[in-house]
Amino acid sequence: MHKKKKWLGFLIISPTLVVIGVFVYGFIGATVRASLSDWNSFRKLLSGEFVFSGLRNYERLFADWRFQTDMWNTLFFTVFFLFGCLLIGLILAALLDRNLKGGRIFQSIFLFPMALSLVVTGTVWRWFFAPGILPNDPAGVNVLLGQVGLKSLQWGWFTVTDTIGPFNLALVPVIIAAVWQLSGYTMAMYLAGLRAIPESMTEAARVDGASGWQIFWKVKWPFLKPITLSAMIILGHISLKIFDLVYSMTGSGPKNVTDMPSIYMFEKTFRSNRYAEGSAIAVIMLLMVAVVIIPYLVSTLRKSD
Amino acid sequence: MRKKYGNLGIYIVLLIFSFFFLLPIYMLLATSFKPLVEIGMGSMWLLPKQPSLEGFTDSIKRLSPNLLNSFLLVIPATIFSCILGSINGYIFSKIRFRGINLLFMCVLFGMFIPYQSVLFPLIQFLQEIKLYGTIWGLIITHVIYGLPITTLIFRNYYMEVPDEMLEAAGIDGAGLFKSYFLILFPLSIPGFVVAVIWQFTNIWNEFLFAVTITSDPKKQPITVALVNLAGSQMVQWNLQMAGAVVAAIPTLLVYIFLGKYFIRGLMSGSVKG
Repeated sequence: MHKKKKWLGFLIISPTLVVIGVFVYGFIGATVRASLSDWNSFRKLLSGEFVFSGLRNYERLFADWRFQTDMWNTLFFTVFFLFGCLLIGLILAALLDRNLKGGRIFQSIFLFPMALSLVVTGTVWRWFFAPGILPNDPAGVNVLLGQVGLKSLQWGWFTVTDTIGPFNLALVPVIIAAVWQLSGYTMAMYLAGLRAIPESMTEAARVDGASGWQIFWKVKWPFLKPITLSAMIILGHISLKIFDLVYSMTGSGPKNVTDMPSIYMFEKTFRSNRYAEGSAIAVIMLLMVAVVIIPYLVSTLRKSD
Repeated sequence: MRKKYGNLGIYIVLLIFSFFFLLPIYMLLATSFKPLVEIGMGSMWLLPKQPSLEGFTDSIKRLSPNLLNSFLLVIPATIFSCILGSINGYIFSKIRFRGINLLFMCVLFGMFIPYQSVLFPLIQFLQEIKLYGTIWGLIITHVIYGLPITTLIFRNYYMEVPDEMLEAAGIDGAGLFKSYFLILFPLSIPGFVVAVIWQFTNIWNEFLFAVTITSDPKKQPITVALVNLAGSQMVQWNLQMAGAVVAAIPTLLVYIFLGKYFIRGLMSGSVKG
């Protein structure tokens, strides 16, 4: 009976396993294969002939100035986006953990961007940071800055080509938009963590005369460390493959200042028919995400055993 | 006394944050309710002098076929992926055999991958089965790639149901199917609410599959139409902003009225054992 049940259970999930096997793992395999081919024109793809060309597509990409820019952009975008979300999320959660009157309203305000499409966010923030023609014909937030006497802060936002080292300053508005959308999510994760801390622990520390600051760092923070790691992984894998937001907000920008691997992949595959190179970018994106996600999956599921 | 003063400081910080969170929304609404003649840059941050629905009527006229497409896509895709997720979640939470956790992990990995890494073969496949460029092609895509998250949501939900409840039915001779339909399924309504809301929001908001699988503007979902609208109407900001509001309303309504369940779905995305 028991054995029969196990077999029946396996039988029930097997269609899902087959579908995931084909559509996730099989298709990844097909993409890897395409990335090793010479399908860099519609004609070659149509011929259906597979000519193995080794790592040539990858070599070409890493020598490509635009792709190098994409990798730097991804790195800086990820670092600042993570830092912004974690910092703001932690501050908001710490402030809202006191069951203030009206706390629920604030919580809803900080979390609602999560319900929006990244495309909506991109459209709104593009208008927000559209610089206009400076100095005489500003648009967007530049108008507001002029009106409140902060004319010196008027700036070309996502259209500037200024850099600090390899960091494109045009990424700043994109990072702001992304932090705006996801810091509420980080807040919700931290809040869930804070609310799971037993009241007795903080109470004991308070009786011992610890200040609010000490209680936070000495008692609460140890509970929040694993949440910080989870948040970093979830947010990190979002930023490594970010597409919708950048595509709808800025596109690649002048000199690719806001370009991302996902956008280059999209253009290679769907605009210039260079399927093999597009597939190579997709494989690189997958590897970046896998490095972050697989250890996370393994460790969380091991814990549950 | 001191406590009250302390809370005041907190309220001030929260209000400052709220101001920055709501600033783009203020701009969005102020712009979308302006008539075209008021779209001068100088008045961009002012409330409309003569609030007008011009932007909305115009954008709804342009976007209504795409809104309809989004509903035609989201409703079946959500229903199918949630039913399948519920059945899978049941097995993954209640049946134990060697390697099942590894299998579950392999399924879960599918929700984290950048979809770019399956996109090209997926499109070739959809072309082969003649569903490329159709809403049904998108529905199938979203059902398949929605399986990991819906399975996860239901698995976590069913983990909380004590095994004894199912075993009790097992003793009465109820098999796997009976214990699912008689015991688990009736308990599943909150789980379904969470999963349905999550899938509805995600599929409604999705862009990459939408833009690559449908190329005919008449068949595209709302997110793609919004980007196209923004690209083609550079000057009519009221139209663009109204379009953004229109595209956001269904998921915002879900958030406003069913926020509790939305947040629960959000939290289940962070795996948990």
